[in-house]
Amino acid sequence: MFMDNYQPLIGLEIHIELKTCSKMFCQCSASYFGKPPNTQVCPVCLGMPGTLPVPNKKAIEWTILIGKALNCQISSFSKFDRKHYFYPDLQKGYQISQYDQPIAVNGRFEIICKDVISRVFTKKIFRIRRVHLEEDTGKLIYSKNDTLIDFNRSGVPLVEIVTEPDFNNSNEVKQFLEELQVVIRYLGVSDADMEKGTMRMEPNISILSRKSKVNSQKLPNYKVEIKNINSFRFVKQAIDYEIKRQIEILKTGKIPLQETRGFDEKKGVTYPQRIKEEASDYRYFPEPDIPPLVFSKAYLDSIKVPELPIKKVERYVSEFGIRYDEAFILTRDKNLANYFENINKKFKIRIANLKLKIQNPSQIIANYIVNKKISYRLSTNEFINKVIKNLKPKKVDKNLLEEVINKVLKDNQKAVLDYQKGKSNAIMFLVGQVMKETKGKVEAKAVKEEIERKIKR
Amino acid sequence: MLLGKSVTEILALIKNKKISSQEIIDYFLRRIEKYDQKLNAYVTVNKSSNLSKIKVPIAVKDNFCTCGIRTTASSKVLENFVPPYESTVTKRLIESYFFILGKTNMDAWAHGSSTETSDFGPTKNPWDLSRCSGGSSGGSAAAVSSYLAPVAIGSETAGSIRQPASWSGVIGLKPTYGRVSRYGLIAMASSFDCPGPLTLTTEDAAFILRIIAGKDEFDVTTAQNAVPDYVKSLRKKKKFVIGITEEYLNGIDEEIKEAFYQLLKILEKLGHQIKKINLLSPKYSISVYTIIQRAEVSSNLARYDGIRYGNDRTFFGSEAKRRIMLGTYVLSYGYYEAYYKKAQKVRTLIIEDFRKVFQEVDMILAPTTPITALRLGEFEKYPFFGEMMDVLNEPAAIAGICAISFPFGLTKKENLPIGLQLMGRWFEEENVLNLTYQIEKETDFLGVIKKGLKNYPD
Repeated sequence: MFMDNYQPLIGLEIHIELKTCSKMFCQCSASYFGKPPNTQVCPVCLGMPGTLPVPNKKAIEWTILIGKALNCQISSFSKFDRKHYFYPDLQKGYQISQYDQPIAVNGRFEIICKDVISRVFTKKIFRIRRVHLEEDTGKLIYSKNDTLIDFNRSGVPLVEIVTEPDFNNSNEVKQFLEELQVVIRYLGVSDADMEKGTMRMEPNISILSRKSKVNSQKLPNYKVEIKNINSFRFVKQAIDYEIKRQIEILKTGKIPLQETRGFDEKKGVTYPQRIKEEASDYRYFPEPDIPPLVFSKAYLDSIKVPELPIKKVERYVSEFGIRYDEAFILTRDKNLANYFENINKKFKIRIANLKLKIQNPSQIIANYIVNKKISYRLSTNEFINKVIKNLKPKKVDKNLLEEVINKVLKDNQKAVLDYQKGKSNAIMFLVGQVMKETKGKVEAKAVKEEIERKIKR
Repeated sequence: MLLGKSVTEILALIKNKKISSQEIIDYFLRRIEKYDQKLNAYVTVNKSSNLSKIKVPIAVKDNFCTCGIRTTASSKVLENFVPPYESTVTKRLIESYFFILGKTNMDAWAHGSSTETSDFGPTKNPWDLSRCSGGSSGGSAAAVSSYLAPVAIGSETAGSIRQPASWSGVIGLKPTYGRVSRYGLIAMASSFDCPGPLTLTTEDAAFILRIIAGKDEFDVTTAQNAVPDYVKSLRKKKKFVIGITEEYLNGIDEEIKEAFYQLLKILEKLGHQIKKINLLSPKYSISVYTIIQRAEVSSNLARYDGIRYGNDRTFFGSEAKRRIMLGTYVLSYGYYEAYYKKAQKVRTLIIEDFRKVFQEVDMILAPTTPITALRLGEFEKYPFFGEMMDVLNEPAAIAGICAISFPFGLTKKENLPIGLQLMGRWFEEENVLNLTYQIEKETDFLGVIKKGLKNYPD
C-alpha cells in the first residue's frame, strides 16, 4: 500500500541476558527469575561505596561466541566504559558497558525469509553493526503509592546486538528475531525468552520518503525507537503500527518527531514516552576499575561456534535428502536436531541389519518426529523400535481378513461392478475400505491381490 | 613509658607479656580523650574492643569501609552509613595484628589538601593548632604525629598521604598504583587512588605495607607481583643512584631547599651517587591530574543520588559540587576529546618521562611540598588550593610510581616540619623504604618526630 513512495528503514537493538552462573562483576547468582526481591545481591551489585567490579570471564567468552556466530570481526583489544545516566534502578549512576571498542563488530546474519503471501523462500543478509557486553540494571516495581527497587537483576551480564537499518518490513524483523533466538539457544548462552525478559528488543524505525526532493540515498533525519515490547507478535504489531503512523505524518508534509515510544499491547498502538535530545550525553569514559581486555589469537581460536541451524537445514536437505519443511522444523531446537541425527544414524544400521528395503529412511524418521506420531520423549532406541514395528506388515488373522474383505465387497457392490466393467481404479477404493476396517494393520499389496483374486472375472 | 613506641616495639612488649593488648588500646583511648577535642583527628572512635588475640591499635582514614563501624568519608552524605562489608586493607590488618581504633578525619570525599572540607570540622596541625594538618589524610597524619595512634592508614590520590605527612612531621608512604587493593576504599579518582601507611618509623611503614600489599581477587587493578619482606630488606646496606632536578625546586620555600641540600650532602657521605636529571615540569601534571581526577570524581559520586544512604545530594559540600560540575563538563559530548582524551595522552608522556629517567637513576629526591603547613582558612583563597599544594606529588601519582615522604628538620622561623620525598620505580617500594631507613638511622630525621611527641605527653 505504501511501499511505492515510502521505504521503511528499521534497525534493531537486541539485548540478550546471559545465563552464566554468576553476575557480570560479582559472585551473586545471575538467575533471579522468581526470586524474592533483593535476595540475589551483594555490596558490589548494589554499587555500595568502595566496591569494585571483577569481570566474569565466561560472559566475555560467550559474547565472543555470539560475535562469531554473527560472523563479526572479534577485536583482539577491547575495554569497558562507564555510561552515565540517572535512573533509580541504576545503582552506581553509571552502567558499565562498552563504547568505542566493543568485543565484536561488522557482522552479518543470514536468514531464510519466507514471503508470507507467495511462500517463496529467499536468503537475506542483515548486517550486524556491533556486539557488546554490559551489565543489566535493577528493576522498578510500582505498588500503590510507592516505587520499589529490586536489585536482583542488577549486574546480570547483558549482551547488546545492534544491527544496521537493513530491515524494510516487520516480517523480516520477526523472522530475523526468531532465527536469532534459535541461534542464541544453540550456543547455550541464554534462554532468549522475550516474555521473561532474557531477550529484549528495541526497533528503530524511520521512513525514507522517495518523493522528497532530498537525495533519496540519504537516511531520514529522524528515528523513532520503540520500547517495552515483549513478544515477537508484538514486535510485528508495533512496527506495522509505527510505519503506518509515520507515513500518515509524512503524507501531510511533516516529519515525525525523533522520540522514544512505548507499545501498548492491549490497544496495539505506540505512544510517546520521551523526546530524545539530539544525541544523549552519557559522558562515556574508559572504566578505570577494569584494565583493557587483550585477547590472544589462541584464546579466540579456542572459542568454537557449533553448527548453526541454517547450515544444518542445508545439510539435512543435501545429505539426508529430506524436505526443507521438515529439515527446518527439526533444526529449530538443537536437542531435537541431535535427537533426529542420533535416530537417523541408528535407524539406518537397524534396517540394514534387518534387510528391510526402505526408500528415504531419513524422511520417514523426520516425518515421525515432526508429525509427533511417535513421541520424541522416548529414548532413541524405543523410538526406532516403534518405527520399525510400524513399517513391518502386521500379522492379521487370515480368517478375520477374509471376513472383512467379504464384508467390504458386499457393502460396495457398485465399486465391484465398476471394476468388473473395466474401471481398474475402483479396486483402490475397495483396498482403502479394507485398510480402514483393519486400521491399516495389513499390507495393502496383499489385500489388493486377494480382492483381485476374488472379483476378477 | 609507651609514648612514641612503634608497632614493632609494642608487639614485642605484648608478646613478652609486659603489657596486654587491652591496656595498649586503653592507653590510646585515654590519649584520644585527652587531646582529640583540640585536634579533631578522629571522626569515629571505636570503643568496642573485645580482644582474644594480640592486637595493636591502628587509625584508619574514614574512606575505608569498615564492617560495622560507621564510614563517612567525612561527608554528611554518608553521615549514618555503616558498611556491611570490610575493605581489603582493613580486612588484612584485622586478620594480622591490628585493632581499628577509630576512623580519622579527612577532606570530605578526599577532596582537598587541608582536611578543612570535612563536614566534621577541620583537623588541627599538632605542631600549631592554628594551622591545618594537610590533607586529605589530615586526620591520620595528626593522629600519628600526636601519638593518638601508633600508626595510621591513609589514602592518596595525588599527595593525600605525602602532603599531610610532610606538614604533620611523620612518614607517609604512597605505594605503586596496584600494589595495594582499593576494594572498600571509597573511590575518589579510581585510576590514582592508593592506600598507604602513615607512621613514626620506616620499619612500621614497611611492616604495614607487607600486610596490606598484594593481589586481591576483589580488585582487578592489583598487581600479581610478589610481595617482598619489606622489613627484612630494610637492613640491606644498598647504594643508590639518586636523581635531582631543578624542576622540583622552582618556587620552593628557602628553608625547605636548605633541608634538601643538607640531605644531599648526607646521602653522598653515605656513599650514594647524586645525578642531575631532566624531568618534565610538575606544572604539566596539574592540568592532567585536574582533568582526569575531576572526570573520575563526577562519575564516582554519581551513586550518591539521594535514593540510598539516607542523605540526598544537597548534603554535598561546595568543593564536591565544584568537582562534580567540572568533571561532568570535561566528559561532556564534544569536550571529551579536548580535555579528557588529551589529558590521557599527556599522562602517557609523563609515564614515559619517568620510565626514561629511571633508566639512569634508582630514585628521585625532591621536596614533598613547596611550603610548610598553612594556617586554617588559607585554602579558601585559592580555587585550586589542593592542586597547588600537591604540585610536587602529582607527577608520581599520575605515573603510578611509589613515593615516600619523611620529615627532615623544622623551619627556624615557625618551628614547622619540613618534608622531603623519594620517588621510586614501579613496585620498588623496597628501595625507597631502604633509603628512608638509612636516612632515619643516620639522622633520626633531625629529631622531628621526638620533638613533636614532646608536645603531647601522657
